[in-house]
Amino acid sequence: MAFWRAPLDAGDIQVTRGIVYILEDRCKGCGYCIEFCPKGILEFSRSFNKKGYHPPVVSDKEQCVNCHFCEIICPEFAIYSVEAPS
Amino acid sequence: MTGDVACAEGALAAGCLFFGGYPITPATEIAEHMSERLPEVGGTFIQMEDEIAAMASVLGASCAGVKSMTATSGPGFSLMMENIGLAVCTETPCVVVNVQRAGPSTGLPTLGAQADMMQARWGSHGHYEIIALAPSSPQEIFYQTITAFNLAERYRVPVLVMTDEFVGHLSERVVIPEPQDIRLAGRPVPKGRKDRFKPFRAGPDGIAPMASAGEGYRIHVTGLTHDERGYPTMTVDAQTEMMERLVGKIRRHEEEIILTDGYRLDDAEIVVVSYGVSARTAYAAVDEARRSGIKAGLFRLLTVWPFPERRIRQLAERVKAFVTVEINLGQIHLEVERCAAGKAPTLLVGHPGGAIIPPEQVIEAMQTIAKEGQ
Amino acid sequence: MKKAAAPPPHPLEDLIRTDRIPHIWCPGCGIGTVFSASLYAMKTSGIDLEKTVMVSGIGCSGRGAGYVNLDSYHTTHGRAIPFATGMKLANPELNVVVFSGDGDLFAIGGNHFIHAARRNVDLTVICVNNFNYGMTGGQVAATTPLRARTTTTPYGNPETPFNLPLLAFASGATYVARWTILHTRDLTESIAEALLRPGFSFVEVLAPCPINYGRRNREKPLETLRLYQEKTIVRNDAHPTELEVDFEKGVILGKFVDVHRPTCSDHYDQICRPKDLVENAQAEAGA
Repeated sequence: MAFWRAPLDAGDIQVTRGIVYILEDRCKGCGYCIEFCPKGILEFSRSFNKKGYHPPVVSDKEQCVNCHFCEIICPEFAIYSVEAPS
Repeated sequence: MTGDVACAEGALAAGCLFFGGYPITPATEIAEHMSERLPEVGGTFIQMEDEIAAMASVLGASCAGVKSMTATSGPGFSLMMENIGLAVCTETPCVVVNVQRAGPSTGLPTLGAQADMMQARWGSHGHYEIIALAPSSPQEIFYQTITAFNLAERYRVPVLVMTDEFVGHLSERVVIPEPQDIRLAGRPVPKGRKDRFKPFRAGPDGIAPMASAGEGYRIHVTGLTHDERGYPTMTVDAQTEMMERLVGKIRRHEEEIILTDGYRLDDAEIVVVSYGVSARTAYAAVDEARRSGIKAGLFRLLTVWPFPERRIRQLAERVKAFVTVEINLGQIHLEVERCAAGKAPTLLVGHPGGAIIPPEQVIEAMQTIAKEGQ
Repeated sequence: MKKAAAPPPHPLEDLIRTDRIPHIWCPGCGIGTVFSASLYAMKTSGIDLEKTVMVSGIGCSGRGAGYVNLDSYHTTHGRAIPFATGMKLANPELNVVVFSGDGDLFAIGGNHFIHAARRNVDLTVICVNNFNYGMTGGQVAATTPLRARTTTTPYGNPETPFNLPLLAFASGATYVARWTILHTRDLTESIAEALLRPGFSFVEVLAPCPINYGRRNREKPLETLRLYQEKTIVRNDAHPTELEVDFEKGVILGKFVDVHRPTCSDHYDQICRPKDLVENAQAEAGA
């Protein structure tokens, strides 16, 4: 985001960080979480689960902002995020 | 009061608090009377948009913990069949009154018959057991409606009160007993921990206790074949187990469920088998036959389903003949024939529908058999 | 070596029958998302879950009742709404939610829908609209777009579909909204609103059916979601007559109706159960 001048509280803004939990055996590989993660940090894993689907893996753990979108778009109750302890 | 009104009053005496109905001749008066009386006793009446919805609403109300019923006639009875099957499979107690009229199809809306008796037994798809009662007077409808509720709640099954337009529109004296003189039964209630409760695990008597919605048991109820947790289970084993429970709980308790009445039966040689309004014809015919020297007797079915097989088989050993009297062209007659198993001849005095069978026809039949015997 | 702490459970773990998960819905099926949104809405709305009941009909969406850890009733095809009506009238304290599909609710169940809306029965009806009968293999439904391919319209659908919000509005529903599974937060909020308000609330949710509808109409599930993202617009002030589903023109989403009128039970209590009538009847019985 480009600013005209730096916001006075720029140093104080804390971006929430999240930890993503994936219940691999529930995943059916639909790809919705991967497609719609706003930070783009989910990708298909190379391994597969019991049913042969490729569950997601987090490619960059530091970037998760705990927006919960993967959690709410997932049809399988297979992925969710929890706020990371600060 | 008329039979229809007596039915409604019987339901109220039994503690019915929900009626989901639809108008149909000749059962409309039951709905009308319930619409007036239910709010007075704290119940709810609703006229639904069709009989299918009526039956569905009755099941919903019953699952919410309330004694529920509906009333209809032939065409509506046909529409209700799918949901009666749902009631059977989900073991939801309810009472369905069929004020029978001549059919098939629209038939004779204002004239009675007894032609839905096989449909009462087998109307819904699949194999199952059901209870059907046949009252023959307004006083009897009053009592049998109470019995219907008691059986429905105890055995968690739909109970059909198979009356007809003649009795429904007949006006006779009905004595309504004091509430304390009426014995009522409720559904078996669950015990023990809510989170361990299995909604379809039968107790020692073969019947599973029933949790109602909102009590915290978090049950799942489905019309799909299910296991004791209520979860849909697509296996032959689950089907076998479920069928054993659904069918077994009725068959095992047949002796308690089946009510019959013997009239001048002890030394009878010709036994009339009848039920509902035709039983009134039969009583008159038996008396007249006796007067003319025929050893006639009446075996009246108050419970038509389950059919009193054992009793008919016993009678077949010693009687000369059976005469079935019913306002159809042979339905319960088929059961009598089956159970007599050739040990005694069975004759039908039937009627295509629309009028009560005159006793003369029954007497004639009995005289014919008596002569053949000589 | 430090033993790893057990991961926290999924936020909905206590509301789903985990012994039946993974569920039967196909990969990419939208029903799971709608179901999930409904459960979140139940939690955030604060309603008493012990008194919350889910009633469903037959179909893929109808299987939802089997996965929720609440009192749930999987009834006959098309008859979830009258069943729910009986339940609500018999015990007005229950929060009755109907979760079913477009085929179940609007074809075979159409008559029941319009009457329950007319009566303003206090129900929350969530309809997953995937434009076909999914469970039976993808037949045409009352919501299938014109010319679409289904197993019973192999040459293309010769019929035009319902405009569901218009149907609900015309029948008298007091809350009508439409979302897609992509608009998950709006959907959850809508369902929570619907749960909390008395009266007949209807929420239509457009969802992909990748294996049946999607496959036959050349729509991969992510393509369907792209349609939801690019070809929809949220307009809460739209009139229900403008709500035809036409992805070429753009599908309008939002909350279209939110009015208050007495419910079925309110009227029954006011009109059929007036206090003095009841008192008189009791006095007469005692006399």
